[in-house]
Amino acid sequence: MAFNGHQRDDDDIIDENETPSKQPRSDKEMPVHFRNEPNSESATTAGRATSDRRTSQSATRHRHDSVKKTRPPFPWFGMDIGGTLVKLVYFEPKDITAEEEQEEVENLKSIRRYLTSNTAYGKTGIRDVHLELQDLTLCGRKGNLHFIRFPTHDLPAFLQMGRDKHFSSLHTTLCATGGGAYKFESDFRMMADLELHKLDELDCLIRGVLYLDSVMSSGPSECYYFENPADPDHCVQKPCTLENPYPLLLVNIGSGVSILAVYSENNYKRVTGTSLGGGTFLGLCCLLTGCSTFEEALEMASQGESTRVDKLVRDIYGGDYERFGLPGWAVASSFGNMMSKEKRESVSKEDLARATLVTITNNIGSITRMCALNENIETVLFVGNFLRVNTLSMKLLAYAMDYWSKGQLKALFLRHEGYFGAVGALLELLHPS
Amino acid sequence: MAECGRVDSNTSHTMDKSITLPPDEIFRNLENAKRFAIDIGGSLTKLAYYSTVQHKVAKVRSFDHTAKEAAGDKLYEISMQEEVTARLHFIKFENAYIETCLDFIKDHLVNTETKVIKATGGGAHKFKELIERKLGLKVDKEDEMTCLIKGCNFVLRNIPHEAFVYAKHADSEFRFQTTNPDIFPYLLVNIGSGVSIVKVESEDKFERIGGSSIGGGTFWGLGALLTKTKRFDELLQLASKGQHASVDMLVKDIYGGSYGYLGLTGDLIASSFGKSATADKEFSKEDMAKSLLHMISNDIGQLACLYAKLHNLSRVYFGGFFIRGHPVTMHTITYSINFFTKGEVQALFLRHEGYLGAIGAFLKGAEEDNPNQYSWGENYAGSSGLMSVSPDMNPMQRARSGTFPFDMLEMDRLERQLVNLPLLQDPSSYIPDTVDLTEDAPAREYWLYCFEEALDGVVKRAVASQPDMPEAALRAEKFRQKYRHKLQTLRQQPFAYGSLTVRSLLDTREHCLNEFNFPDPYSKIKQRENDIALKYYQKAVKSLDELSWEEKQFALVRGVLAGNVFDWGAKAVSDVLESDPEFGFEEAKRQLEERPWLVDSYDQWLERLKGPPHKCALFFVDNSGVDIILGVMPFVRELLSRGTEVVLASNSGPALNDVTNGELQILTERIAAMDPVIEAGLREDRLLLVQSGSSSPCLDLSRLDKVLAMVVRERQTDLVIIEGMGRAIHTNYYAMLSCESLKMAVIKNSWLADRLGGKLFSVVFKYEVPVGKPNKDCGAFSPC
Repeated sequence: MAFNGHQRDDDDIIDENETPSKQPRSDKEMPVHFRNEPNSESATTAGRATSDRRTSQSATRHRHDSVKKTRPPFPWFGMDIGGTLVKLVYFEPKDITAEEEQEEVENLKSIRRYLTSNTAYGKTGIRDVHLELQDLTLCGRKGNLHFIRFPTHDLPAFLQMGRDKHFSSLHTTLCATGGGAYKFESDFRMMADLELHKLDELDCLIRGVLYLDSVMSSGPSECYYFENPADPDHCVQKPCTLENPYPLLLVNIGSGVSILAVYSENNYKRVTGTSLGGGTFLGLCCLLTGCSTFEEALEMASQGESTRVDKLVRDIYGGDYERFGLPGWAVASSFGNMMSKEKRESVSKEDLARATLVTITNNIGSITRMCALNENIETVLFVGNFLRVNTLSMKLLAYAMDYWSKGQLKALFLRHEGYFGAVGALLELLHPS
Repeated sequence: MAECGRVDSNTSHTMDKSITLPPDEIFRNLENAKRFAIDIGGSLTKLAYYSTVQHKVAKVRSFDHTAKEAAGDKLYEISMQEEVTARLHFIKFENAYIETCLDFIKDHLVNTETKVIKATGGGAHKFKELIERKLGLKVDKEDEMTCLIKGCNFVLRNIPHEAFVYAKHADSEFRFQTTNPDIFPYLLVNIGSGVSIVKVESEDKFERIGGSSIGGGTFWGLGALLTKTKRFDELLQLASKGQHASVDMLVKDIYGGSYGYLGLTGDLIASSFGKSATADKEFSKEDMAKSLLHMISNDIGQLACLYAKLHNLSRVYFGGFFIRGHPVTMHTITYSINFFTKGEVQALFLRHEGYLGAIGAFLKGAEEDNPNQYSWGENYAGSSGLMSVSPDMNPMQRARSGTFPFDMLEMDRLERQLVNLPLLQDPSSYIPDTVDLTEDAPAREYWLYCFEEALDGVVKRAVASQPDMPEAALRAEKFRQKYRHKLQTLRQQPFAYGSLTVRSLLDTREHCLNEFNFPDPYSKIKQRENDIALKYYQKAVKSLDELSWEEKQFALVRGVLAGNVFDWGAKAVSDVLESDPEFGFEEAKRQLEERPWLVDSYDQWLERLKGPPHKCALFFVDNSGVDIILGVMPFVRELLSRGTEVVLASNSGPALNDVTNGELQILTERIAAMDPVIEAGLREDRLLLVQSGSSSPCLDLSRLDKVLAMVVRERQTDLVIIEGMGRAIHTNYYAMLSCESLKMAVIKNSWLADRLGGKLFSVVFKYEVPVGKPNKDCGAFSPC
């Protein structure tokens, strides 16, 4: 509930941020936050938060100090350690006063510089610069939110770096979610002398989704959908917001897939999941084509033709199977053509990669659609790193939802695909629920 | 039959086709075949045809109907007559043999008027030209799904124990389901190269509500790419040896343990093939095949559950080549369904799943004969049974050894439609058999041994029943071989024909006897015993009438029990009868256990008799001779005297020395001539003789003649009496009826006596009143 109250205030502030002039913004936003901060201990309702806003300037000043104590020290991280990728969000404060700068320890400075001045870390760490959210106000501080990822199997290198940079000396709390928060908890302790604050991944996911959608940044809209999904020539991405989103089916496609029915910010259930997810796509592609990265697999898929690999309805019936309303272009059997030796020998690696992508994507689409029907939900939100730079799958999902539901279901997507868990973890650091 | 076709291979088929078709076994009764249908799948061909079979049947006829006084020594004559019955034949073989088979059919097909062959299945178009050229029949294609559903409805309705639940690690892998008379609605998940999910609501109403492209073709195609293994069966074998955890990313690989918050255990698959993306190493073929199998089975199971939930269906059958008798896939699908429904829905499989398309195509072509208007029964003598031949396994080896791998199913058209006894308390949970020998290994051992031991006697009896036929000995020998082979098969695969029971062992023997034209080996014995017993009838009745009311009631019950000792089906008795033909009724009474009996509710029965009479009693009778004449008839006479109407239900066809309806008609007429009570009963239509629809020494109350069911309902039957070991102990011992019931039997088998805690000739007298119905005014309660 505390989270609830803060969430709304953040909204208010960010609305005000929309004003072109930057100067007054910080003056305005600070008090609002300070007024609310003490309430984070108790259950704050939106109503009370509003009345708090009328507090006088002097009272604010007084509280400023108390908030300073409750506000966690920098650096602010949120971490999501998944089966394949580690997602890290880092808040870079841009409103550091000269006084603060002097007080700032060297370690902290060096971490900030390292993260913000590079876009790649080591061999595999990458900062998604295009996703960076600038001029964001968090917990009364203004700054930029950075999005960084690296493969889970490189976590030891990350921990080594943390150890080298004496991360533990900063006495920060590292909020982490995802299975790896549990699996690697002792590694964090042993290798980097760090204590993890472990958080549930689905709680974080939902918190992150709702937060990022509500943040109105100067950049492109967080949420979007595809217009004319049935027509490849006119299928275009259109911005939208998650206004009145409930009930919502949230489909998180990571290594595996989780499907959640969300009825409100704090009321959700995991409907089901499937093991056929992003990990399956990449795993099968590696085995079938010898590729080794997601990007490589996607690149191959974009050049291939799945219809050479899959058996279509028209391959069996010569056209549509009208008796059951099955169009000729529909896939009757994924990889069905590969039962024949001749056809196995005639397909390319690109075809196989494409077929793998289409198979996995369509399957997620079909399970999602059944869940939506069973749960009686019409809005479907797809997130997760499987969708990163994967327009092919997104358009397929958009089309599948639209076609098989005869326009009843709407597929929505979010720009920060796989980072919501990490954002949720960061929010937990700032506003413990 | 002409010599079997030896066909030289000169086609592109790689398989050696110079194989010998065993003409006595395969394509039987081709001479009279009409109406062909064929279902050609990816690897197997299923051929169906309808034929008529000439059987010898034993008929009884009264010597003289008009002048009763003139009836001399023998009561009736027995004659062997030819009867033509209808039979459906289904044969399954590999596509590689299709030409051999078509040639064989062409050579053996005589005077058929058939012009068309109904065809279905993906391979039908490929062989269209070949079929038309070889058989000169026009190939008429039928929709695959329609055929499948028609076939599915047919087997579910007509074959008891058709559906089963698969349990890999249980004592018996197959748990057969009782036949529910109401088969609709259900979900059929057909896993071919893709998956079709069909909701079936009635005979003609079905809808493909969904499907998936991830199916058997995905397993095969993707499996072939990953493992370089070409054959589907080899892939399954690989999978059965693999460890999926080395390829799949499990929950514990991500969490280090379980995801307790969501209740996901560590061993769950989080991401199929997830490890092959992160680790740069080689994976074994077995492990990849296993991972693939899990991925596909789980996915199909999940979708099936989502559809079942959405449409609120709890019966889900799985079929298609992915399933077809493969323990590996049945296990993974079962696991998946269990997981996704938390055990609420069970995956069901079908014994004759492979034949559904062929059966359906055949039915489409035979619509004018109204096959669905009849009841059909599986002919155990001519059907291979579940997995007795697995053509999928090592076909190359089999071809090399020169034998032809095939599987058969034969269905006999029954003379009458079979329905539930309207008095069953809960038809959907009724199980006729008391002991399931599939699950009870010691009992199975004993009974298989017992039936094998008795085989010599049955063969001897069969030959003796046809003294005028010199080739009877040869036929009897063939019967011996056939039945012994069946017993051996059942030893290996007790589940071959559904749950193995004493009833099914008896029925199989009857089917085999019929197969070799021994319709009624006991006809002569029955005739003699009936003659003898009739002579004592009047004396027996007279002595009963001299007793006090209470003495009489007890004597009547003892009479029925003593009469029931006369049973040729029980070895202990037949030995005595064989050595001492004069073994008398009185002697039998002396053998009976003294009260208190092993199961004894006689006091309650007597108490009940002091109350108002029953409206109508249905009496399932047992043996000929002393049993029916001196035991049952006096009991019936007393019921009639009390004002109770009596329906005597006897077998339609012969089984052991059980009295048949034909015989009972004549016997009752004779008794009526001596006994005014019986005579009045017949004349006033208060005593009815109705056939049960069965030709078994046991009794399945869910498969009774429709006419009997009608009579039972019309007469407001409020008492059911079941007599004899076969009907009241081997079957129906636990049957719950919605009215009063009386089960009477003498245990004539020491093993069974031992099992039940009694001894030889222990008595079961089980009088039951359904719960919630007061004993006092049973006469008043209405029938159900």
